[in-house]
Amino acid sequence: MKIIVLMKQVANKDAILRIGKDEKWIDESDISHQTNESDGYALEEALRLKEAKGEGEVIVCTLGAASAKTVLKDALARGADRGIHIIVNEPNKLSPFQIAKTIADAIGEESADLIFTGLQSDDASYGQTGVILAELLGIPHATIVIDLDRSSLGESLRLKRELESGWYQWFTYKLPALLTIQSGISQIRYASLKGIMAAKKKEIRDVTPGVEDYASAQKIEKVYLPLKTKQTQMLGDGDAKKGALELVEKLKTEVRVL
Amino acid sequence: MIDFELTEEHLALQKTVREFCQGEVAPYIKEWDEKSHFERSVFDKMAELGLLGVCIPEQYGGAGFDYISLGLVCEELEACDTFLRVAMSVHVGLNSLSLLTWGTEEQKQKYLVPQAKGEKLATFGLTEPNAGSDVVGMRSNARRDGDDWILNGEKMWISLGDVADHFLFFCWTDAEKQKNRDHSGMSCFIVERAMPGFSSGTLHGKLGIKAGNTGYFSLQDVRVPQANMLGNEGEGFKIAMFSLENGRYTVASGATGVIRASRDASVAYANTREVQNQKIANFQLVKQKIADMEADYEMAHLLWLKCGYLKNEGKPSAKAASLAKWQATIRSEKAASMAIEVHGANGYTNDYPVERYLRNCKAAVIYEGTRDIHTIMQADWALGLKKEPKARVVLPPYQTVSKEAGA
Repeated sequence: MKIIVLMKQVANKDAILRIGKDEKWIDESDISHQTNESDGYALEEALRLKEAKGEGEVIVCTLGAASAKTVLKDALARGADRGIHIIVNEPNKLSPFQIAKTIADAIGEESADLIFTGLQSDDASYGQTGVILAELLGIPHATIVIDLDRSSLGESLRLKRELESGWYQWFTYKLPALLTIQSGISQIRYASLKGIMAAKKKEIRDVTPGVEDYASAQKIEKVYLPLKTKQTQMLGDGDAKKGALELVEKLKTEVRVL
Repeated sequence: MIDFELTEEHLALQKTVREFCQGEVAPYIKEWDEKSHFERSVFDKMAELGLLGVCIPEQYGGAGFDYISLGLVCEELEACDTFLRVAMSVHVGLNSLSLLTWGTEEQKQKYLVPQAKGEKLATFGLTEPNAGSDVVGMRSNARRDGDDWILNGEKMWISLGDVADHFLFFCWTDAEKQKNRDHSGMSCFIVERAMPGFSSGTLHGKLGIKAGNTGYFSLQDVRVPQANMLGNEGEGFKIAMFSLENGRYTVASGATGVIRASRDASVAYANTREVQNQKIANFQLVKQKIADMEADYEMAHLLWLKCGYLKNEGKPSAKAASLAKWQATIRSEKAASMAIEVHGANGYTNDYPVERYLRNCKAAVIYEGTRDIHTIMQADWALGLKKEPKARVVLPPYQTVSKEAGA
């Protein structure tokens, strides 16, 4: 069984962001990076599925500049078997279609049984790359996947999707298929010291694509920081209990810290 | 060429330890500290990652990283909480590296391998109720009985004292030399908790490192075979000094982590706390404190890094370890204290971590050679009164270790 996990390098969530001179993207020259959060969960699900199956290969693939190689190395240290680095210097100037097409060309020959991606990237947040890629490869896809029935893995795989308003859905997908994985659905493993040492010997295949060949129907006009405004809200209308309930709701749905 | 770059493996190691601390310790440390709770399971998780044998060669069950990696681990751990680094100091710095260097092949297989894998926790017994800096003032002793030795004595202020499985026990094996305070009459033994006559307890009422275990252990007519003597008879003092040098290296890198954590907490607070309609980061005297922490962090970091480099190369590092330990610990105390002031009254409560940093860092100013001992030693080195100790064996340089390990 072969699982490809798509992983993207994004700005560190604690980085202080500045808009680039051309106002088309953030200035990434002096910021630290990290692996896109939901991609980390996608890798974890892939590794668990391989472990449950007892055999198989987990291949991690990133599209990005030279610095994105650290995303692959980190994934190899956590247990992935090999990597594919599609080298593109300014990936955030590409549309989801260009990205998906470039990836489809680079991984098509692998004939993977499963392709996992994070639900969306934490920077551009298109949430489309996986879906378009599935279409280009002619395979079914499932989005916002929050659980896999690992014991069901065979010609097909049973999985749980998150719908709106607290509703869920169990689906069985014939393989090959592409799944976009939700954040926070498991405990991501740490890279062990053995894993870090072993990663040195694992293969990373570099691919240099001609992305300009794939016309884009969209372009970024301008990137700007939202204006900061302060707003005071009185909760509960004088009723402490009601206020507490409203506060919990806001912390859950608006601030999203609960 | 001097190279200040960390390798990819170093950076990956740093990241994994940071994630481990954030995931497994940071959410709970306030409560553990408040309740003086020692969470044993943390060390099982560290063992799973391979941290408890980070710089021990793979052939002895370790992860096969270099000595700079040991420093990186200690800096990361103590930036979270001191109790984590303390375990690395005693388990790796004071015990395992001494077994690696002074141990027989049989001792390495029997004791070092399970320690490097983290199956057994190890510590170091030198200090006694009445003998700290004055090592030759110790009373513990061993007498020969056929092919065995009978050990007696009490050790105090032992990190992991009430939980470790393996101990290095330093004692007099020559009563005549003990009378003359001649340290060539001291020897070192490997002792197991399970040996009849062993007992231990936990010390309470500490100022800091409340999430850690500090204890005492006592040996009453504990019988050990000759095979458990580490090094030769009479080499105990040399082994103790060797161990302390490695321990000091871990303390130095750990204390550097306290400076960094103090700086980071101060920066975060200064960038959010507003007074007089502006962030306190705009006030020059706040900037002064942050600048001092930054300078102290960089200095302390470079000092331990140099010491780690010397160890990797197999060069003498006693002076470098002493300097790094002395400076990092006293500067950590200063940084933690300043960090509290940046936080104002908030810093005086455990709603913020900086008061814990101050309580925790004080111990390291005292142990592994007090501030005063290191001050005198550094002066003596400068005056030409002290030299790097000569020993029968030296810590294996990293390159040699790797080749032996087949890496």
